[in-house]
Amino acid sequence: MQQLVNTALGGLTLGAVYAAFALALVLIFRSTRIVNFAQAPMAMVTTFIALTLIDAGYSYWIGFAAALLSGLVLGAVIERVIIRPVEDKPEINAVILTLGLFITLHALAAVIFGNRFRSFPAPFGLRGLEVGGTTIRLTTSGIFTIAAVATVMVLLLLLFRYTDVGLRMRASAYNPEVARLLGVRVGRMLTLGWALAAVVGSLSGLLIASGGLVHPGYMDSIVVYGFVAAVLGGLESPVGAVVGGLTLGLSLSFVSGYLGSELVALAALLILMLVLTLKPGGLFAVASARRV
Amino acid sequence: MLTLDKLTAGYGPVTALQDVTFSAGKGQITAVLGANGAGKTTLLRTVSGLHRPESGTISLDGQPLRKVNAEQMPALGMVHVPEGRGVITELTIEENLRLGGLAKGGKLRSEDLERVYELFPVLADRRASLAHTLSGGERQMLVIGRALMSEPRLLLLDEPSLGLAPRIVAQIFDLLRGLVDDQGLSVLLVEQNARSALSVADHGVVLNLGRVVADEKASVLAADDQLRHAYLGF
Amino acid sequence: MNRFLDVWRHSVLGRHLLTALIGLAVVVVVLESVGDFRALQLAAMAYLGIAAGGLTVLTGINGQISLGHGALMAFGAYTTALLLDDPTSSMPISLVVLASTAVALLVGTAVGVAAARLHGPYLAGATLALAIAVPGIALYFGSFLGGEQGLRVSLPDVPVWALDLEYLLTGTEMSRSQYVAYLGWITLIVTFVLLANLARGRVGRRWRAVRDDEVSAELAGIQLGRARISAFMVSAAAAGAAGSVLAITARLAAPSGFTIVLSLTLLTAVVLGGLGYLSGALIGAGLLTFLPPFVTRIGGDAGLSDIRAAELAPLVYGLVMVLVILLAPAGLVGTTRMSLAGRRARRQMAAAGAAGATTGSPGTTAPHDSSDEHDPGTPQASGSTTPKGSTR
Repeated sequence: MQQLVNTALGGLTLGAVYAAFALALVLIFRSTRIVNFAQAPMAMVTTFIALTLIDAGYSYWIGFAAALLSGLVLGAVIERVIIRPVEDKPEINAVILTLGLFITLHALAAVIFGNRFRSFPAPFGLRGLEVGGTTIRLTTSGIFTIAAVATVMVLLLLLFRYTDVGLRMRASAYNPEVARLLGVRVGRMLTLGWALAAVVGSLSGLLIASGGLVHPGYMDSIVVYGFVAAVLGGLESPVGAVVGGLTLGLSLSFVSGYLGSELVALAALLILMLVLTLKPGGLFAVASARRV
Repeated sequence: MLTLDKLTAGYGPVTALQDVTFSAGKGQITAVLGANGAGKTTLLRTVSGLHRPESGTISLDGQPLRKVNAEQMPALGMVHVPEGRGVITELTIEENLRLGGLAKGGKLRSEDLERVYELFPVLADRRASLAHTLSGGERQMLVIGRALMSEPRLLLLDEPSLGLAPRIVAQIFDLLRGLVDDQGLSVLLVEQNARSALSVADHGVVLNLGRVVADEKASVLAADDQLRHAYLGF
Repeated sequence: MNRFLDVWRHSVLGRHLLTALIGLAVVVVVLESVGDFRALQLAAMAYLGIAAGGLTVLTGINGQISLGHGALMAFGAYTTALLLDDPTSSMPISLVVLASTAVALLVGTAVGVAAARLHGPYLAGATLALAIAVPGIALYFGSFLGGEQGLRVSLPDVPVWALDLEYLLTGTEMSRSQYVAYLGWITLIVTFVLLANLARGRVGRRWRAVRDDEVSAELAGIQLGRARISAFMVSAAAAGAAGSVLAITARLAAPSGFTIVLSLTLLTAVVLGGLGYLSGALIGAGLLTFLPPFVTRIGGDAGLSDIRAAELAPLVYGLVMVLVILLAPAGLVGTTRMSLAGRRARRQMAAAGAAGATTGSPGTTAPHDSSDEHDPGTPQASGSTTPKGSTR
């Protein structure tokens, strides 16, 4: 029983991180029809920026803020300079481009920050909380992770639902041409979308790094899990991404706890193939007719 | 109001418009007519800045619109109303209208929203529903209402009658006539349904294969049997 | 000489076989003149080339992307390692390579069936998941597949006939490295001849048709799923052969050799050379083999530590990959061919124009390549600048 609860709690924490990453992928996909595989190294680079500041003696929170800010800038610059030229080209171009970016950022980080594992501090305790005399596997850091992702969710929801700029962003994503006719500067909205996505991606990078080890490749598998989570949620719905992330986090946590951690990636692959075969529009799709 | 002078446009080697010259008068409905492929849609897309012309000028109130992008048009008082598909179906009706109100730049004014809801009560009843729940006629009302949100001086309407029942077409055209007569709005109406369009328009321009073949008062065009048979199909 | 030209002009198969023979001669000359270190480097180029050749058929000609070819190579490599676990094994090495190819073909068929319905980003994501998932299998079945350490490959002795042949030709002993390099390059030549023939034949036309326009392909009676699956199978088989050569060259099959980095490296080779060109895949493989030591040395000279300098090579590939897509989506071979074709067309146009001026005939359009050349695989070639060329 205790193992069950612990596995579920661990899965929930991990799921929150996947949810954030999936959210980052969805924000970009629904406006530009591009799956940004470079999201993983982008988040990694910003985490290294945080680590550099923290190692230089600044507080964790300065590093945290700097990472999110540099994510914002990185996302905007990459969209404007690299992605814009292929937005109207065949989709395979964008896929290859984001992979080229993946390799570039990876190598760049290894050259600048080194290729070894470095430990990343955690903002809060990593000891399990005590509930009714037994220690459960929910840590203060874990609670912070879940709370941070929930906060971001709510902020994005407020932005998209209730602000003019959010409305313009949604209009550009759904129908760029009509949005232009209604005075929306679609290009700016895309840049903003990439910037926001990169912030959310950076957040997931920081959350998964906290209390663990970072390395230029530490986000590589997260991009796959984030992608699977996003597909679970339909790849276009922010809410779907979050639910997909939590579902995946729980499932993989059980696979890891009961079958073996080596099989986690294989389980993710199986889940992905099942969803794409049975419910290509995601778990919540009403109609399943959809090109994937 | 709007003047086109020797406007030529195309797609690569294909010319869609050749030396198109005409004016749309202030406070009038000007109908652009012609068969499929006559260049009507290209004309509208070029005027609204979605498509770059190869040569020629477009002027609004005598001011040439050079290097003006589509997204700047609403601020100049000109709104392009794409045909019914121009509804953003993933947004609610009110969100579609709010977008229209933001088109000029600046803030949304709630009195604009009330004004449009008064004009189209059917939209007011369902303001929180997603736009994809609307029927074809209601969608047409929504795109027109959305365009009116920014209080434009000139409306560019693309095939408002497409796929609609004749009764609804008549309703929409009546409404346009009313707006023109009461509020001094100018309308450039692109239509394939020449009979209905000429019944409401003040002036008509007939396009054939990208060239202007007639530019006359609507009543004159409607009475010209030869022209009607050759180009307008009624 | 005339017969030779005749064969070149009229028989696709003949042309490919002649190219292969010339290639073989070049391989012999090169391998006989290099030392053991270079021979192993060339063997590495061979397995990258084989896998990239398979991937270029899939991505360039059929328009499917795969980020999982490293994982398919792993299946080939582990098969080889399992078959060659004992130095006294009497199984001929060619059979080992064939068996590895067959295993990858089987796995590739399963992946291809699942992938046939997926497009662009979905396919990329699914195959990326494959690349991440497969090394886990080796870890899970640690006792059988060697876990983190992997499986050692014991290379059987160089066969006597090969030693004899070498002695007859050059009067020297064939070293093991040389033997491995020969094995790699002969596998490459055989693979490329097969791939080139497939690509130029009926099957290849179907693959291209599916890539270019699904609707018209379907109207023309092509079964989309079947065409996609067959392309994936062929491509996976090549990856299996490549994995086998890799295992033999590295004498090891271990999970760390088949990370996502390998899959991305293959894609890099294919993009650098130009999607859809086998010659491009080979050039890409060459760049990936010989650029890193060179760039690393420059980095070392500039004062970077060895580990960091080693990352300069992927940095260069990554940047070049981004630039290729942004500036020259047809890749090295495609872009060169395009500019050559453009120059030729302009020359012909000028000639025709001059002729027209003297005879007073109206402007003639320049006749294009008279051969049966088909548009090569450049699904992403922008605008109307589709290059003319063949898959060779």
